[in-house]
Amino acid sequence: MRLDVAFAILFGGAAAAASSTPFWLRAPAPAIVESRTEQASLTFAPAVPLPLHRKKAKRVVVDIEVKEIVAPIAGDTTYTFWTFGGHVPGPFIRVRQGDTVELHLKNAPENRMPHNIDLHAVTGPGGGAPRTFTAPGHQTEFTFEALRAGLFVYHCAAAPVGMHIANGMYGLILVEPPEGLPPVDREFYVMQGDFYTTGGYHAKGLQSFDMQKAIDEKPTYVLFNGAEGSLTGANALHAKVGDKIRIFVGNGGPNLVSSFHVIGEIFDRVYREGGTAIDTNVQTTLIPAGGAAIVEFTARVPGDYAMVDHSIFRAFNKGAVGTLVVDGPPSPDLYSTETKTTPYAGDGAQAAVAPRGDDRMAAGARVFASTCAACHQAQGQGVPHVFPPLAGSDFLMADKQRSIDIVLGGLQGHVVVRGDAYESAMPTQGHLTDDEIADVLTYVRGSLNKGDAVSADEVGKRRAAAHTVTVR
Amino acid sequence: MKALLRNVALLALAGVASTSGAEARETSTVLVGAGPYKPLFPASPSQTEVHVDAFRLDKTPVTNGQFLAFVSAHPAWRRDRVAGALAEPGYLSRWAAPDALGANAPVDAPVVDVSWFSARAYCAARGMRLPTEAEWERAAAASRDRADGSSDPAWRAELLALYSRPMPARLPDVGTSAPNFWGVYDLHGVVWEWVEDFSAAAAAMTSPSAQLRFCGAGAAGASDATDFPAFQRVALRSSLHASYALHDLGLRCAGSAR
Repeated sequence: MRLDVAFAILFGGAAAAASSTPFWLRAPAPAIVESRTEQASLTFAPAVPLPLHRKKAKRVVVDIEVKEIVAPIAGDTTYTFWTFGGHVPGPFIRVRQGDTVELHLKNAPENRMPHNIDLHAVTGPGGGAPRTFTAPGHQTEFTFEALRAGLFVYHCAAAPVGMHIANGMYGLILVEPPEGLPPVDREFYVMQGDFYTTGGYHAKGLQSFDMQKAIDEKPTYVLFNGAEGSLTGANALHAKVGDKIRIFVGNGGPNLVSSFHVIGEIFDRVYREGGTAIDTNVQTTLIPAGGAAIVEFTARVPGDYAMVDHSIFRAFNKGAVGTLVVDGPPSPDLYSTETKTTPYAGDGAQAAVAPRGDDRMAAGARVFASTCAACHQAQGQGVPHVFPPLAGSDFLMADKQRSIDIVLGGLQGHVVVRGDAYESAMPTQGHLTDDEIADVLTYVRGSLNKGDAVSADEVGKRRAAAHTVTVR
Repeated sequence: MKALLRNVALLALAGVASTSGAEARETSTVLVGAGPYKPLFPASPSQTEVHVDAFRLDKTPVTNGQFLAFVSAHPAWRRDRVAGALAEPGYLSRWAAPDALGANAPVDAPVVDVSWFSARAYCAARGMRLPTEAEWERAAAASRDRADGSSDPAWRAELLALYSRPMPARLPDVGTSAPNFWGVYDLHGVVWEWVEDFSAAAAAMTSPSAQLRFCGAGAAGASDATDFPAFQRVALRSSLHASYALHDLGLRCAGSAR
């Protein structure tokens, strides 16, 4: 018996008597000659290992090295991540129901913390955590049988567990049913997590874990695949029209529940919470912290699709957004290929339905109808003693520049039109474009009076000095 | 018997002194006053505080230079001669040779890659011993200006930030951080340190069914579920075996107050 083990037992140490040889001193794994054993091929997000297509259960060896690293979490912000395999999330593990999984957990000698792994695919105490508790510079070996099919989260469970998860120690293990999953064209691996940094969102430089924010469940970041931008821009996911797409979605937490949604898609099928119950035609699926779901849909219309946590401030203000780009021919029957826009004046006004043509007078008539006629009346006749007439208006025609200023800046004061006095005020119409003001004044001056046209240039020159015209 | 032991220890200390050579710097100790220690995992719900007698503690962690002097005086602790049961193969692996430090082990940086057995032997050779977990935690509970910094959230946040930093490629020389209330340096964020009763951490974290508590169960029975630095220290201790030699684990020695 090794003396240190003897010591641990004699003195009440309950540290698991797991393999304690530093892994860098171990002989390389012997070549696998036994066909019933195979090395698992692991992938990092967003990649997924190929389907197994295996008729029989096997012994599958999984090697994972824990690494504590400093890496970007967003833009110019870095964070000390604790990782399975140097990535957040950790590697995707794909095994078959009935497989015996031989897991080797290696804690890199440069690490400062002890770590372990709790796989939710395990049936037994701690999900393997007590058997894999590993000091830096050591490795442990743990074997379990994958009894149940499903998509499961794994994570570090060393104390303080929340900090290990908040620092990125989670990933997914898929236990395929014996017959495998139905074939699809593309599979992706996406995992959400919430992060708590001492500085605010996008505060630059190396950020530390903020314990109080974590306890308060107020994350600085909510992210897919461990960093802002890990699934957008050059890192976006890609598919083609007609592809059947399957996304393995996990949620490491540590705190938040995800309302996972792909904007513009309806999930054909959702393996609810990663189990075997299948829901169909789902818009948004709830993924618990420490849970997962498999979502499937068919890409039918080309374009960009945003993946979000539909607790939408997390997408807009904390980073929880990814992009799926679908390439291919348009399907105008399913989704319009053009945008038609026309002015809309709101209820009660005559809608201006036609786009503005070259005819400034006609365009001016439409602006008049939607903007001016409510007060000045349809023919510009006004309302006696309330709204002055624009038709045959001596006041209007007396000063062309003043008429432009009135539309731009409004009018107040004592106005006499065709011998009648008016005391009301006119609000500014400066929201109209130079063109629209030129149009409407050309119409009012040329059609309701006998004057010349107004150009957009003339309006533009007055706009900079726009003010309310006051008449005394 | 005690007197005899002390004499033996003094002789051993003299042995170190006579062979230590020029590179080993002096280690001075400071007095840590008697007072309470609040264990993260109390032995019983009623025993939230443990009294710690006054003791002396090295101001700084033991350096490579000091440990080389010890190994030179006690060649049985050279890495090429040590019994495998007393130190795993990573023991003193950063040194250039069994009797030379080299570039990866600066003379005034903390010695690491030492086993519990070797750490005890080193302290015994100086007529001292490893601090107990209670003593180490009592000294480490102090902030820069208070004997107990636990009520200061800023201090705790500072520790958590220190603990979150990855290990630097080159460890800093000892004594370059600010001293705490007792005048002790480098207790946090430089290297982990062996304590005499490290294996008690595993026992404390063990549930009645003799399983180490993990995940949410890690907080069960803890006196302060927000003292994350303490959880990290207990977790590290509970992951150790006495022969382990880690890149981030060193030691300092303690002795009685008189």
